[in-house]
Amino acid sequence: MTVHPHHGIVGKAAPRVDALAQATGAVRYVDDISYPGMLHGKILRSTQAHARIVSIDTSAAEALPGVHAVLTGTDLPVAFGLLPVSQDEHALAIDKVRHVGDPVASVAADDPDTAQRAIDLIEVVYEALPAVTGIFEAVEVADEPIHGDEPHDNRDREMSLEFGDVDAGFEIADHVREDVFFYQGNNHAALEAHGAVALVEEDGRLHVFSATQVPHYLHRILARVLEIPESRIRVTANPTGGGFGAKTDVFSHELVTAHLARVTGRPVKIVLTREEVFYAHRGRHPVLMWVKTGFRDDGRITAMSFKTYLDGGAYGSYGAASLLYTGQLQTVTYNIPAYRFEGVRVFTNKPACGPKRGHGTPQPRFGLEVHLDKAADDLGIDPVTIRKRNLVEPFTTTVNHLRITSCGLDECIDRAVDMSEFQNRRRNLSPGHGVGLAVGAYMSGAGLPIYFNDMPQSEVMIKVDRGGGVTVYSMAADCGQGSTTMLATVVGEALGLQPSALALVTADTDLTPVDLGSYSSRVTFMAGNAALEAALKLADLVLSAVADKLDLDLDDVELGKGVVLAGDHEIPWAEAVQIAEARWGLLVTTGTYKPPKDIKGDYRGSGVGPSPAYSFSACVAEVTCDRDTGFVSVKKVWLAHDVGRSINPLLVQGQIEGSVHMALGEVLMEEQSFRGALHNGPSLLDYKIPTVLEMPAVESIIVESIDAEGPFGAKEVGQGPLLPVVPAVVNAVHDALGIRVDEIPLRPDKILAGLDDLAKGGTGRIGPTTLPDYTFRSPILVDPPPERVNA
Amino acid sequence: MEPVTLNVNGVTRSLFVAPHRTLLETVREDLGLTGTKHGCELGECGACTVLVDGIPILSCLTLTVEATDAEIVTIEGIGSITHPHALQRSFGEHGAAQCGYCTPAMILTAKALLDRDPTPSNQAIEEAIAGNMCRCTGYLAIVKAVAAVAEENR
Repeated sequence: MTVHPHHGIVGKAAPRVDALAQATGAVRYVDDISYPGMLHGKILRSTQAHARIVSIDTSAAEALPGVHAVLTGTDLPVAFGLLPVSQDEHALAIDKVRHVGDPVASVAADDPDTAQRAIDLIEVVYEALPAVTGIFEAVEVADEPIHGDEPHDNRDREMSLEFGDVDAGFEIADHVREDVFFYQGNNHAALEAHGAVALVEEDGRLHVFSATQVPHYLHRILARVLEIPESRIRVTANPTGGGFGAKTDVFSHELVTAHLARVTGRPVKIVLTREEVFYAHRGRHPVLMWVKTGFRDDGRITAMSFKTYLDGGAYGSYGAASLLYTGQLQTVTYNIPAYRFEGVRVFTNKPACGPKRGHGTPQPRFGLEVHLDKAADDLGIDPVTIRKRNLVEPFTTTVNHLRITSCGLDECIDRAVDMSEFQNRRRNLSPGHGVGLAVGAYMSGAGLPIYFNDMPQSEVMIKVDRGGGVTVYSMAADCGQGSTTMLATVVGEALGLQPSALALVTADTDLTPVDLGSYSSRVTFMAGNAALEAALKLADLVLSAVADKLDLDLDDVELGKGVVLAGDHEIPWAEAVQIAEARWGLLVTTGTYKPPKDIKGDYRGSGVGPSPAYSFSACVAEVTCDRDTGFVSVKKVWLAHDVGRSINPLLVQGQIEGSVHMALGEVLMEEQSFRGALHNGPSLLDYKIPTVLEMPAVESIIVESIDAEGPFGAKEVGQGPLLPVVPAVVNAVHDALGIRVDEIPLRPDKILAGLDDLAKGGTGRIGPTTLPDYTFRSPILVDPPPERVNA
Repeated sequence: MEPVTLNVNGVTRSLFVAPHRTLLETVREDLGLTGTKHGCELGECGACTVLVDGIPILSCLTLTVEATDAEIVTIEGIGSITHPHALQRSFGEHGAAQCGYCTPAMILTAKALLDRDPTPSNQAIEEAIAGNMCRCTGYLAIVKAVAAVAEENR
């Protein structure tokens, strides 16, 4: 049941609780930590794409004055990986390196310069192996695959699923269309490079500070790799200087820093260089994809078949989930009666890919939304109509068994389309100018945890002191998205207290109860619900104690702003909590959140995609294209987003604008690309991100569907708004120039090639045409949910 | 090691630094002023911006010895949580910081602009901060926050 706000705290555009700390430089990021006697670590990284390590000679490095320890792979032999199915990494390479930049050895020294000199003195003899650098090669059998010893292809994970009778769906279609698309990989480029500081505290326990979005998972993996109990380790996640998924994995440098601190007995710091960030990566997967859809003449979809090929880089990381995410959420925006998904993720000798804002869903969303635009053209209907004819209904179940609850997608489309005058302007703007439409949906938290367990996904504790001070404890890590402010706002609203009056203790495994971390847009929904439960319990304790004391019915007492309203009395909060402490003892309450069990199907792969609620977005983009240079500039973006309830409109708008920025980088310019296995430009000079001069005006349209299960009705906003922007821009370029560029980024050379093709009488279509020679297994046949069959 | 005299945030400091030590390293590690951030150490991102004689410069590309006798201002020199500068307050009010990592440099760059031109146009604000990358906000809130202070100056 939705708890409705009535104190005017939720729904008010207010500064972050840490706004002044940020603006004055007072926030302590991990690199700002310093200890007396602290050593500095550096990591030696592979110069080879794929090679056997024949020998490592560290003697000269060890002999260098100022060097305190040198580590190699055998010092930390336990394999790890974030998912239970991807235990394929070591803190430092053992036997083999798998990409340029793979960590090989590490040094702790008095200062960074000495550490770097020592790194340069380490001699590694490699025996080069053939490198695999693309999807087409990776599906071929290799004599020495990237993982494993026997000749085998370089496939990591594969999935084939079929929901309903897809072939029958194509049979009854009036029109069938097929397309091939490619989405280039890209990096998060958070401004803060990753880093960690570790020390052995006075009690002999290891304390690791890290710029991480997932202190809980780091805690678990540190214990596993260092082979010490979790109870002997404390992890503190510092506020991160940008996350976007970059800091949701556990990295070599975190494990190595921790181990160096134990070996040397001294505090140790490692902060990656920008170049190393591009090697640590875990960014967007390059995805080649094929989609075939059957339509009725009126645009209704009869069946869809979707294939994805993911270039995963050298390690598994989150890849098993990334693979499924490229297939699972197509059904969340459109009612697809029969759906087949076949996908494969391959290993290549490049930095490992992983989750970036939208995790695995921006790529297929791009393909799907451009494909629909083309189908609308085929059928002679407009982009709005084809989407509306297929729109998912609220409170239904998708063919792949995802539970849809609140859904404001229809309103999102209407408002973005109306405000941008899309229908009047499409095809009517002057040459070189165009508008495009696309939609998207994202999860408000992954329904299942990363390791299977029945415990809550979010836990929050609240303690009250005798002066009325309220402290909220949560492991949720603020990576800039504002999770700490969200917690303060939810608790403040529930208790009638200003968020700025609360104390927040976050993201520390010694001090705070578990929250799984800042990924999958889970924190507002899950930690928010846990915080709300704890706050409501506290309100009950305070109100019942006051009612008791004044001999009133519980119905006659309620929380006002900073006061308890009890009959004719108005008792200040600080006094009320003393009454409650006298009545109940120490005032501590807890709240937990675990998603409902009935939000998923029961088939292999069904763990990825379910969420307790989905956000929805619609985007209209307006572009101007220069026919001479092929340069595309985005003039304006209208972005309507169904956030359930806008807990803090200032922060919601910030997430929308930030998502637009990141999406524009992906569609226009960003690529983590390679020459062979060598990164084309691991620096922010070569890897371009949009500056203020490339940023268009953004009209943020906040739609509130008030989700019955969200805290005060809220859903996510951190990732969803990115999804429709990329295809909206691509569709707008088609409106402007009549060409179809089916791969991103939309570099000027591709635009010019499309124009050239068009001028020569071609279709003006630029993009991939072939798929790898790879045979998927027969799909697992999954019956649609019974309620769909009956409907 | 070279002897240098630096004037940082109005305080004169004498210290010995290696000739290759950057102003970023000196400010953060020798003086403990960690509000100045390192984002790339190659002059690409702008996060290390400080003011030298009122001009925003990249401290990661400036040798400390070059800054001898100059007036250096870091984010700590313009305001504090208890006494924030107008720009610092405005950044909070307009949601101009999300992760906050680019914020000190953005604010110093904006301050240099406002010191030169108290009432700049939005275009002038955009041009001034074009060398400072922000990965979170999409810059729109940052421009608004600076424009709001410019408006107060009108």
